[in-house]
Amino acid sequence: MIDIWTLLTILTLACFVGYFVVWGVTPALHSPLMSVSNAISGIVIVGALITAGISQMGMVKIFGLIAIVLASINIFGGFAVSQRMLLMFKKKRKENR
Amino acid sequence: MTNAFLSLSYLLASILFVFSIRGLASPETARRGNVLGMIGMGIAILATLLSPAVEEIWWVLGAIALGGIIGVYSALKVKMTSLPQMIAAFNGLGGLSAVFISLAEIISGGQTWIESSLGLLIGAIAFSGSAIAFAKLQGLIKAKAIVFTGQQLLNLLLGLGTIGLTIAFCLTGDVKLFYALTAVSILLGFLLVLPIGGADMPVVISVLNAYSGWAAVGIGFSLHNVLLIIVGAIVGASGAILSYIMTKAMNRSLMSVMLGGFGAETKTSGNSNDEDKIAKSGNPTDAAFIMENANKVIIVPGYGMAVAQAQHILKEMADDLMKDGVEVKFAIHPVAGRMPGHMNVLLAEANVPYEQVFELEEINREFATADVAYVIGANDVTNPLAKNDPDSPIYGMPVLDVEKAKTVFFVKRSLNSGYSGVDNPLFYADNTIMLYGDAKKITEEIVGALEQK
Repeated sequence: MIDIWTLLTILTLACFVGYFVVWGVTPALHSPLMSVSNAISGIVIVGALITAGISQMGMVKIFGLIAIVLASINIFGGFAVSQRMLLMFKKKRKENR
Repeated sequence: MTNAFLSLSYLLASILFVFSIRGLASPETARRGNVLGMIGMGIAILATLLSPAVEEIWWVLGAIALGGIIGVYSALKVKMTSLPQMIAAFNGLGGLSAVFISLAEIISGGQTWIESSLGLLIGAIAFSGSAIAFAKLQGLIKAKAIVFTGQQLLNLLLGLGTIGLTIAFCLTGDVKLFYALTAVSILLGFLLVLPIGGADMPVVISVLNAYSGWAAVGIGFSLHNVLLIIVGAIVGASGAILSYIMTKAMNRSLMSVMLGGFGAETKTSGNSNDEDKIAKSGNPTDAAFIMENANKVIIVPGYGMAVAQAQHILKEMADDLMKDGVEVKFAIHPVAGRMPGHMNVLLAEANVPYEQVFELEEINREFATADVAYVIGANDVTNPLAKNDPDSPIYGMPVLDVEKAKTVFFVKRSLNSGYSGVDNPLFYADNTIMLYGDAKKITEEIVGALEQK
């Protein structure tokens, strides 16, 4: 097990990374930013996989499986909707007449 | 599968997620960024599935497939105008997922009580708060602020209740207390978002987005999972920064938005000479004539454009004007619409090239050189009272200086005040012409007049 101080160190550094990366996002793409980060927050699925991965069927496993379904909707839906949005952002076409 | 392999996979996934957000720095790299995010997620899921922690795989795969199908199906079916509620819904499901993981962790006898409580608490609020936000955006319940007496006291009590229950649970480890905490947190989430009105939704959605990230951090601590902590922190930072940008664009504190009640009732301004003011109204044909003879037209879209679905016809109008040699630009206020960047997405949907769309600071100076400002479905974000009336509730909010254009057209259903309940003196200005009616219909008539030559 990793001790709590190592985890807190990682958390703090990750906050800095997040801070700098997110400020670099252009305001025009704030909606896609929300849906991409939303999809990424579905990373809790990793926790759900471990919870639901036990071999014994019971409450714990069922709760884990529900968590997987919910997180998957979040992930797949989030990335799909982001892609749909991003595909719409186009450059000016060359005028040819 | 060895531990080192798992750790390296998680590291790779983290890096890919950072690059996926980084890609959003420009529309040109954004799509690649999104794909990198998908790859990162794929690696994280695959590596976890192959690790010894997952002993049984068929039920698990079935659950992923079920969620994936539902997610992709709804993402492809949703209309672009329903995007804000879609994002709220996905966000809520992520929060609910964190709730179930925390519950499972505690039922299975996990000992990380503090961490699980935090994951549960934040996840539950993200879930129920998003549920209310969804219901408001979808029109299932009134979008206006819903307030009742003692609301803030009740929220305070519930907030203290969650803290008390968390402490009690961490001291005793009694699972019943954990269930109680779940119920109280969910209730708190409902009540927190209920008093927040429609136009404050960009802030609410951003805050809830941050919550889903912090919930992942909580779960990461309870499971001692580094990947969850890193990714949760990035998402949390993203939501926090967006909330900051949104509140700043309204010159309000996060606290005042979250306490809610703004715009619950429409206040009529105290001035007794209100009736003396006369707003000029015009017709679309005149508007078309003035615009085609202009050198520069700036279009200011607001939520009203989204409601009327007027973005496509607006693009046509812009194209017709440009054919006549008019310079056309779009000006977007950060809080126009119901989520950050809402207007940008709708204009992109209508194929407006993004080089033609400008943010507030980029374009505000140009209104002075513009012949026409065409304000469609926006109101509060143009209100000059924000600049010169210290008593106004919107005082200090950065606004678009549309009044500096030679002529201002307001496409609006009526003279009613906007969401803030503040009257807009611009309606009665000498250079303002009101075009009463549905945003789409009026613009259609203008396009008709422009093309009929």
